[in-house]
Amino acid sequence: MPTATYAGTEVTVNDDGFFTDPAQWTEDMAPQIARQESIAELTDRHWQVIKFMRHEYETKGTGPTVRVLGKTSGVSIKELYQLFPKGPAKIAAKIAGIPKPRGCI
Amino acid sequence: MLGGGTGGTLAANRLRRLLDAGSVEIVVVDGDDEHLYQPGLLFVPFGLARPAGLVRPRREQFRPGVLFRCAAVDRVDLEADRVWLSDGSSLAYDVLVVATGARLVPEETEGLTGPGWMEKVFTFYSLEGAVGLQAALSRFAGGRLVVGVVDMPIKCPVAPLEFCFLADWYFRRRKMRDRVELTFVTPLDGAFTKAVCNRELSGLLDDKGVSLVTEFNTGEVDGQAGRLTSFDGREVGFDLAVMIPLHGGQAYVDRSPGLGDALGFVPADERTLQSKAKPNVFVIGDAADIPASKAGSVAHFEGEILVRNIVRYLAGEPLDAAFDGHTNCFIESGFGKALLIDFNYDTEPVTGRFPGRVGLPLLRQSRLNHLGKLAFAWLYWHVLLPGRQIPAVPSQMPTAGKRLHAANGATSPPENREAR
Repeated sequence: MPTATYAGTEVTVNDDGFFTDPAQWTEDMAPQIARQESIAELTDRHWQVIKFMRHEYETKGTGPTVRVLGKTSGVSIKELYQLFPKGPAKIAAKIAGIPKPRGCI
Repeated sequence: MLGGGTGGTLAANRLRRLLDAGSVEIVVVDGDDEHLYQPGLLFVPFGLARPAGLVRPRREQFRPGVLFRCAAVDRVDLEADRVWLSDGSSLAYDVLVVATGARLVPEETEGLTGPGWMEKVFTFYSLEGAVGLQAALSRFAGGRLVVGVVDMPIKCPVAPLEFCFLADWYFRRRKMRDRVELTFVTPLDGAFTKAVCNRELSGLLDDKGVSLVTEFNTGEVDGQAGRLTSFDGREVGFDLAVMIPLHGGQAYVDRSPGLGDALGFVPADERTLQSKAKPNVFVIGDAADIPASKAGSVAHFEGEILVRNIVRYLAGEPLDAAFDGHTNCFIESGFGKALLIDFNYDTEPVTGRFPGRVGLPLLRQSRLNHLGKLAFAWLYWHVLLPGRQIPAVPSQMPTAGKRLHAANGATSPPENREAR
């Protein structure tokens, strides 16, 4: 299992860089993960989404899709893409330290 | 039973057979009396199916002893175990089954139903759209034809690919294939989500000269300019667009506190089909939020387990966690051939034969599968809806003819599921 070190702590991640154990995540790791994803600074709006992702994962066991984020997080899909240009559900999940949202089939 | 489509009809008929009329009253509620054979929609645009032949009265599909109430649902009151109808009347229930399927919500995508809708931009996911598209295809003189999936989940996730394959066949037959540029646009990172299947289907798109645009989340459709724009700013131009709109649950789900999720689907236990909203509410078919495909075969395989669990629930017995996510789809590939895929929660589509070592070839084009797909329409009205088993096709996924080593990742055969 690959590992990564954020905020001085070693964590386990999968091949795509998603946390395998969300309990290892702490808020002070987020800015460093964000920089890896080319997001220079996390604003309050970013944090609103990150905290929402954590909450959804903790209550439902999986992170929401972009469409559900747009309906429920209080941030529109357009703005979500401005905040996380490379794909809001995926990138926000990575920064929030939760597994990649389960794809629909 | 809310909904008289595939799931609601077969479940009502199965229940009626299991429970004698003196003990249980079964009422099916639906807002109209037109049962549409949805797998037939794919063929309408290409002139391969007659629209009128796809619709039959709902009320004629029920066994004696199933009551049909033609009325729209306003809301469900979970606390009071009561369904309110839009005419102001209500029905009390001991057990409720949500079988109202998925609804197309094209208006949720910017511009999709704006200028050009039903002129240059169509969907074949409704009868009206499929008929309109047939006319548009017949007058299409060439140019860029884009088939686009806005976002998942959608009904029958292979249908958009089948549309591409059939479009290739259609334009070749009309001797104008060289004048048509075919492009498939998907929000997924491949033609299909599952590895072995994705390889086969991507290869097929390639063989047929269909370009593939992946990870494209359509944010806006401009019918006038002929342009799809993704949320991340990419563009795909078109002369004719065939869009698969966003899907959601029925509007009454949103009006029923505690019943559905953010998209209007009803969360349920993926093995027992009991809703998470309340123990006396069950879900079948596309209306459910479970990690299975939205497809008629899923509703069919769920049927046996759903009715068993309703009978157990009524008897105060523990439920049987027996639904394994079994899905079975014929994939029409054009030129009188089709592929067949068969999978469940634990096993992805692989090669081999179905349902056993002697049977239809899996994940491979064959004439036999095409004939199977055509025969399915008869089976649908005469075996599926009456709630009978298709001979030799069990509700739980068979493994006998499958080459399970062909898949990547977890491919262990599903363990025997005991009630948990």
